[in-house]
Amino acid sequence: MKYETVIGLEVHVELATESKIFCSCSAHSFGADPNSHVCPACCGMPGMLPVVNRRVVDFGMKAGMMLNCDINRVTTFDKKSYYYPDLPGAYQTTQWFAPVAVNGRVDIETSAGKKSVRIKQIHMEEDAGKLVHDISEGTTHVDFNRTSVPLIEIVSQPDLSSAEEVEAYLVRLRTLLRYAKVAECEMAHGTMRCDVNLSVRPEGSDVLGVRTEMKNMNSIEAIKRAIEYETARHINAIENGTEVLVQETRRWDDAKGKSYAMRSKETAGDYRYFPDPNVMPVVIDDVWYETIKNSVPEFPEVKREKYIALGLTEYDAERISESIMLCECFEEASEACGNPKEVVNWITSDVMRILNAKQMTYEMLNLDNKAFGKLISLTLDGKISRANSKKILSAMFDDRAIEPEAYAEANNMLIGEQNDDLILGIVKKVVESDPKSVNDFKNGKEKALMALFGKCMKELKGNCDPQQLKVILLECING
Amino acid sequence: MISKDVVEKVAKLSRLHLEEEEIAQYADQLNQILDTMAGLQQIDTDGVAPLAHVLPIENVFREDEVGECFTQETVLANAPEQSNGMFQVPKIV
Repeated sequence: MKYETVIGLEVHVELATESKIFCSCSAHSFGADPNSHVCPACCGMPGMLPVVNRRVVDFGMKAGMMLNCDINRVTTFDKKSYYYPDLPGAYQTTQWFAPVAVNGRVDIETSAGKKSVRIKQIHMEEDAGKLVHDISEGTTHVDFNRTSVPLIEIVSQPDLSSAEEVEAYLVRLRTLLRYAKVAECEMAHGTMRCDVNLSVRPEGSDVLGVRTEMKNMNSIEAIKRAIEYETARHINAIENGTEVLVQETRRWDDAKGKSYAMRSKETAGDYRYFPDPNVMPVVIDDVWYETIKNSVPEFPEVKREKYIALGLTEYDAERISESIMLCECFEEASEACGNPKEVVNWITSDVMRILNAKQMTYEMLNLDNKAFGKLISLTLDGKISRANSKKILSAMFDDRAIEPEAYAEANNMLIGEQNDDLILGIVKKVVESDPKSVNDFKNGKEKALMALFGKCMKELKGNCDPQQLKVILLECING
Repeated sequence: MISKDVVEKVAKLSRLHLEEEEIAQYADQLNQILDTMAGLQQIDTDGVAPLAHVLPIENVFREDEVGECFTQETVLANAPEQSNGMFQVPKIV
């Protein structure tokens, strides 16, 4: 019999705010001492008063708009009760009755074709703390730095049917949320996490099979492996009766390539959701809604088409539109220098080379894009040599404040009229020091001129318009 | 009707240990509370939105700015057991 896999995803994404969702502790504790970013509110002290971080709602709305959701104009927070040491209040503040965004859609494309994945809802909630097991035998240690770091949970409908589709969906989510600049979405950093709900049924059946939920996958590759393993396990159980499938939560062990049953899961009713009396309802008026709506960027496809219309190749347009940071770099630099094709060449060669050398992702690009455009103009106008422009660009990566023309001037890299005398002086010196090459050239050896030219350029440290140098050099030789 | 099983389940979800006589006692008390609430059930609430807050307050926000935290020492001051700058609890996996 042929089977089909039915997959729905719950994706947790850490929002890129400075402070936590309900208190002003820093949301960034990477490398910090344990329990050093903690206050009464986020460690569950009795009587604490949570106050909503406005930017969390901004980002929640914006994420919803990126995923074609309807925004709930009245959105509220609820308590989800469960007892676990990583949750100091014994409840998580989340959204159950009126999540910020509902009924969305994410479009993906795979070898199986185009597909719309329906989004059930996006809710805003607080993260839990970090547990460290077995520092000494039989103990668990708790660090509350991560409690109340803002998250959104994106819940899809069970519309996915293969590992390939799941990958396309996750990549698309990541791209859209990065476009909106609401989240880093780096699975390796834990800023994007994914739970996979999976069941298997005979192809064409409209009855869902027994569903299992898998956790603990920290890369897209691991998720794909887990889906393939779990699908095979389900089919084997159905066909060969190797085990009885039960609804449960399973932990994926990527090193062993196996999933294991975890503690039996509490059901929704057991969480005893109820409105959090300490967190006031959020009412989104038209002004606020429109402000966020207007900040939603163009989608990658729109940008790609625009870039192709500007004369970029399909390949380059695709590469640039992959990241909002590259898009901004391209658009702002093009505006500054008026030459999009040249800008894209610089991005795909120099910018990408430097990013690579510095082991930076596209998202970490922090150039002053207008200054970058100016640098390209100066180079095209022959005021800075191509070799020196690379050096300046590299310096601009380290210091956003660098203004290319001033920097070139300060470092004697600016090619200008005032250098004519300097060039002539150097050319004379080189010509006098190498009479053999001069004679060779006069006797018809073109290569000898290149040798002289190279020596002059070296003395000038490249700060010279090659055409200008050639003219002066020929004048000097021919007297 | 709150049965003994329901009390046991709620106690388990709340990680509470109850003795047999306590279970019976709580079942009795919880049933009295439900009886009282049953009076409220008589009221017609069709078309009335559930009330989350008794005060007409909405949109209470803070700006996204980082402020002071407790020191690690203060955070851990009430911890029954601690080490390595963290709360220490019995192993839970």
